[in-house]
Amino acid sequence: MLRDEDRIFTNIYGLKDKSLKGAMARGHWDGTKELLEKGRDWIINEVKASGLRGRGGAGFPTGLKWSFMPKESDGRPHYLVVNADESEPGTCKDRDIMRHDPHTLIEGCVIASFAMGAHTAYIYVRGEFIREREALQAAIDECYEYGLLGRNNKLGYDIDIFVHHGAGAYICGEETALLESLEGKKGQPRLKPPFPANMGLYGCPTTVNNVESIAVTPTILRRGAGWYTSFGRPNNHGTKLYSISGHVNRPCTVEDAMSIPFHELIEKHCGGIRGGWDNLLAVIPGGSSVPCVPGAQMKDAIMDYDGLRELGSGLGTAAVIVMDKSTDIIKAIWRLSAFYKHESCGQCTPCREGTGWMMRVMERMVQGRAQKREIDMLFDVTKQVEGHTICALGDAAAWPIQGLIKHFRPEMEKRIDEYTRNATSHGAVLEAAE
Amino acid sequence: MSVRRLAEDTVQPATFAFNKENAAWAKATINKYPKGREQSAVIPLLMRAQEQDGWVTKAAIESVADMLGMPYIRVLEVATFYTQFQLKPVGSRAHVQVCGTTPCMLRGAEDLIKVCKKKIAAEPFTLNEGGTLSWEEVECQGACVNAPMVMIFKDTFEDLTAERLEEIIDQFEAGKGAEVKPGPQIDRVYSAPIGGLTTLQVPQPEEKKSAVRASKSAGGDKAVSVPPSNAAKPKTASDVTNPTLKTPATAKKASARNAKIEGETADKSKPAKKPRVKR
Repeated sequence: MLRDEDRIFTNIYGLKDKSLKGAMARGHWDGTKELLEKGRDWIINEVKASGLRGRGGAGFPTGLKWSFMPKESDGRPHYLVVNADESEPGTCKDRDIMRHDPHTLIEGCVIASFAMGAHTAYIYVRGEFIREREALQAAIDECYEYGLLGRNNKLGYDIDIFVHHGAGAYICGEETALLESLEGKKGQPRLKPPFPANMGLYGCPTTVNNVESIAVTPTILRRGAGWYTSFGRPNNHGTKLYSISGHVNRPCTVEDAMSIPFHELIEKHCGGIRGGWDNLLAVIPGGSSVPCVPGAQMKDAIMDYDGLRELGSGLGTAAVIVMDKSTDIIKAIWRLSAFYKHESCGQCTPCREGTGWMMRVMERMVQGRAQKREIDMLFDVTKQVEGHTICALGDAAAWPIQGLIKHFRPEMEKRIDEYTRNATSHGAVLEAAE
Repeated sequence: MSVRRLAEDTVQPATFAFNKENAAWAKATINKYPKGREQSAVIPLLMRAQEQDGWVTKAAIESVADMLGMPYIRVLEVATFYTQFQLKPVGSRAHVQVCGTTPCMLRGAEDLIKVCKKKIAAEPFTLNEGGTLSWEEVECQGACVNAPMVMIFKDTFEDLTAERLEEIIDQFEAGKGAEVKPGPQIDRVYSAPIGGLTTLQVPQPEEKKSAVRASKSAGGDKAVSVPPSNAAKPKTASDVTNPTLKTPATAKKASARNAKIEGETADKSKPAKKPRVKR
């Protein structure tokens, strides 16, 4: 288990002093200037060496992403945009970073901006996080007062950080939709290429990173890539904030090492599954967009990118949604379909029409008011939505249903049988279909 | 996608203007973005307009468009795309936003919706008789480990039970909303596990004081939340899905309606894609 000394977010529960002074006492902002003096290449190489993968869900190597930015400016300014539009159902890790440990994020912004030659950083906070936004803004104001940000600051690198916010659109968590929204438009994703590293915010080179990816970098640089790679299996290094919700005895957000077994994570931090391990039905291990995994397979699962991919799912944002046997799994997935239908931006036809269609069919599946062959048809349609849209929302809407059909088809058929049995008239003589 | 329209003309006020404080704030906000990119400020400005008036009026949309030099349609587009903008008047004392997405549903959000239906109005976005309260079901609010939760204006109320939500709604209706403590409504520190920390337990010297204070202030009512037992159970809308009924249609006439009509198999109208399994 991860020791307290190795945790990056030392104030994740807000029990300690949130101010700049308190953050400095816990070791943040320590030697930031010296880190910057080591130069851009050193920072990017160190982040690459640490094996840090993007914490927003896709798991793209962060150092590599930074290295895509042009080395020399061609006259256009560079921008860093931090994606704090945390809306994935099940995920609530960035919220705690912003309201309780904001200085990790701000220091990370300074270092990341320096590494990519940006002098302006925008933090795009989701609209619902109002108190979190206020806490973050207060921390930024404090840094300006202390001379850590702004022109001619103590760190010797001019950097301005602005907090921007959305207004309740899940799709703005997609990086190009986020840029559109930041430009004051509807949040509809752009086609790639051109990638944001060439044509991003206002047509300038831009890198979009998740809050957690940015917030962990200062500590990685201070303690060295070797320290960070000592956690987790190869290709999955580091520590991670897990948020465990649903039917566990004590749901919580907690930081622990990557590649922790699922069993250990639940027993240690969440007090076990409600009603014991035999009562575990299914787990969605990485936020709503990844397929669910039956409880029996999940018990020994390793919580990292590769371990969960082997199970046909994914780590996503490490938002673990646990469902015990009292759950109507079909209905739980139907609710996710309703979510994606609500959040589809309406740009691509397969997603705009498909999410609504899938939700309506799922609604009938919940009641059992369907034909069994419609399960195949539903699967077929999810396959047609998947991969045929500009952004990954179409995929995200398709995967939960695919996971349901893959693992819980007998349950769906049972529901249909029950409905059919009850719908057959009382006293009717059933004839053999020969 | 959700279809969203502006409120009817009868409720739309004729004019909109930011008050003095908000106007100064708006100017500062526009300055956060590069010259020529003032459009970026449209969401913050509309949000501030909503805070001022309670909802986004047509006049506010036009006024914001004029401030930023945008065509009206572009601002209207934004106001209708983003679901946090209320396009109709909402309750003056509380607009209860119940999170109904799966993590909250698993912990009993449906009971909270029932409370809202009972105490406020049968339909979402409908004002109660006094015009003081309204409610809606929203998608994930990002407080999943504290499920179920509601958001009322700027604050979240987490780890709720149906009874606690009734109390909270009563308080808001009485105009004492500010007295309700936001955050977890049970003995719990934010997103930490109920009953005590499993990590970061050893307080460093400078932190001892604040840690003690926090654990004290978190003290309150019931010790541990009891998750609702009927969470995420299917709604039995019709007789045919009612598990207690063996034979829903007992009357002859009704049963006749249920009987299958010969030859009416769906397979006939559309040839099945996959070969049928032999019996």
